[in-house]
Amino acid sequence: MEKNKTLGRLFTSRVWRSVFRHGLPISNRARAESVFYNFFLHVHPVKVRKRSLKITYTWALGGLTAGLFIILTLTGALLMLYYRPSVSEAYADMKDLQFVVSSGLFLRNMHRWSAHAMVAVAFLHMLRVFYTGSYKPPKEFNWVVGVILLVLTILLSYTGYLLPWDQLAFWGISVGTNMARAVPFGIGDKMSYLLLGGNIVGENALVRFYVLHCFILPIATMVLMGVHFWRVRKDGGV
Amino acid sequence: MSDALHNFWLILSKPDNVPIVLMMILVIFYCWLAFKQARRNDRLGVFEATQADKVQVWPYLVKIEFLVTIIVLIVLTVWAITINAPLEEAANPTLTPNPSKAPWYFLGLQEMLVYFDPWIAGVMLPTFIIVGLILVPYIDPNPKGNGYYTFKERPFAISTFAIGFLILWVLLIILGTFMRGPGWYYFWPWEYWDTHRVVALTNIDLWEKIFGIPSKNVDGSFNLIQVALGGALIIGWLALLPMWIWKKYKEKSSVLKQMGALKFGMTAVLFLMMAGLPIKMFLRLAFNIKYIWVFGVGHDLFFNI
Repeated sequence: MEKNKTLGRLFTSRVWRSVFRHGLPISNRARAESVFYNFFLHVHPVKVRKRSLKITYTWALGGLTAGLFIILTLTGALLMLYYRPSVSEAYADMKDLQFVVSSGLFLRNMHRWSAHAMVAVAFLHMLRVFYTGSYKPPKEFNWVVGVILLVLTILLSYTGYLLPWDQLAFWGISVGTNMARAVPFGIGDKMSYLLLGGNIVGENALVRFYVLHCFILPIATMVLMGVHFWRVRKDGGV
Repeated sequence: MSDALHNFWLILSKPDNVPIVLMMILVIFYCWLAFKQARRNDRLGVFEATQADKVQVWPYLVKIEFLVTIIVLIVLTVWAITINAPLEEAANPTLTPNPSKAPWYFLGLQEMLVYFDPWIAGVMLPTFIIVGLILVPYIDPNPKGNGYYTFKERPFAISTFAIGFLILWVLLIILGTFMRGPGWYYFWPWEYWDTHRVVALTNIDLWEKIFGIPSKNVDGSFNLIQVALGGALIIGWLALLPMWIWKKYKEKSSVLKQMGALKFGMTAVLFLMMAGLPIKMFLRLAFNIKYIWVFGVGHDLFFNI
């Protein structure tokens, strides 16, 4: 009882109320306000259909993809502290992450497996949306945004694949960019030159993939994720 | 036997292959669940939600999000502690590993390189896959089955997508990951990857075999009879067949009438392209047929299909 009194005083204090303008979410009104007035929760409507909350309906796959993206952003930012995108340093930095940096190995493992998981979960999310016909009117365009997000996810994973600069990275990227080179009329050569900053996978390619991986693609993904969620909400989903 | 098991374990437990094994299990599990729900919905019907069926986001949705976040963090932490991300020798442009494989989600495309030229397997088909996916909501004329699992109300859409996803995407990835060894030769998952294995590749020139017409003349120009025959086959498959179906069924089928010529044409071409892939795979794997059509324009644009 004594404890509850203290907590009660905290929750009604001026400082607390300056942060959270609504009361504790114990009344329906306060619950609605917790969603409505909260920056992070306002991507959701105040109320949703019971059906869209059934775990066996969505398997939370879309939310999982977004969650994995957040984990990847956080672990990725930490990895950037120890990694330099140059041919002479990159591999040594990876070795340092493995053996020198505290929890460096864990950090990299977390990033790698989250990345694989995100690609897999995004694919499963697409399968789910198809099975439940959730691309049908009025949500046609959101499916298009989703397809672009899937492509961006794959590109994010692919550009990250080169960064460790080991044999797996180098040859994995070489196989992929050689395919792009096959576009006729010399367009493929131009495209691969633009992507690699040269004719081979070298110093310039590493820098370009780094910038794509850490800046351009994440920004594009975040913007489209915003659009994707906003449209889900407007069309009556979570 | 123990060697076989050992080889099998080696390839399954390769760190980068773990997500594929996981996804395989998840996809099969999920499809089974989806079809189970679809059967139940088809039998019992779906109840339209009313305003009264709505619940508050706080706490009902937030609770789920919180739980899922914790579960994911636990799974990833265990995964990251038990399995280390691979780091091989430093990149060496002068030493090509055999086989050199792209990341797993591209292995379907890399596997297609066996059956098609690089610009078709690596550029044209992926473009069609993406464009096809984007078009899905605009060419599907069926308003039913929006927001619940069903099979009976949209059998064609569900089967096409399931086959496209499971067979053409997941199966090609599995094939490329687990069954392609050195030299991109076929290895059973329990076989040892012998780097010195040599298999005589005796790819057959289709039209030469049947009619004694080689694809190219002695001077390297295209044999016009072959170009005509192959072209007729491909164009017949991708253009004449849809037109014939349209002519024959546009009056009888209410679905076709509802779709209109444009939607039907796009659906048919995309579907037949998709169906063409396993046909070509079968022709190559069973009869070693290299191309059905050898044709090119200028020095750059080739239609070796």
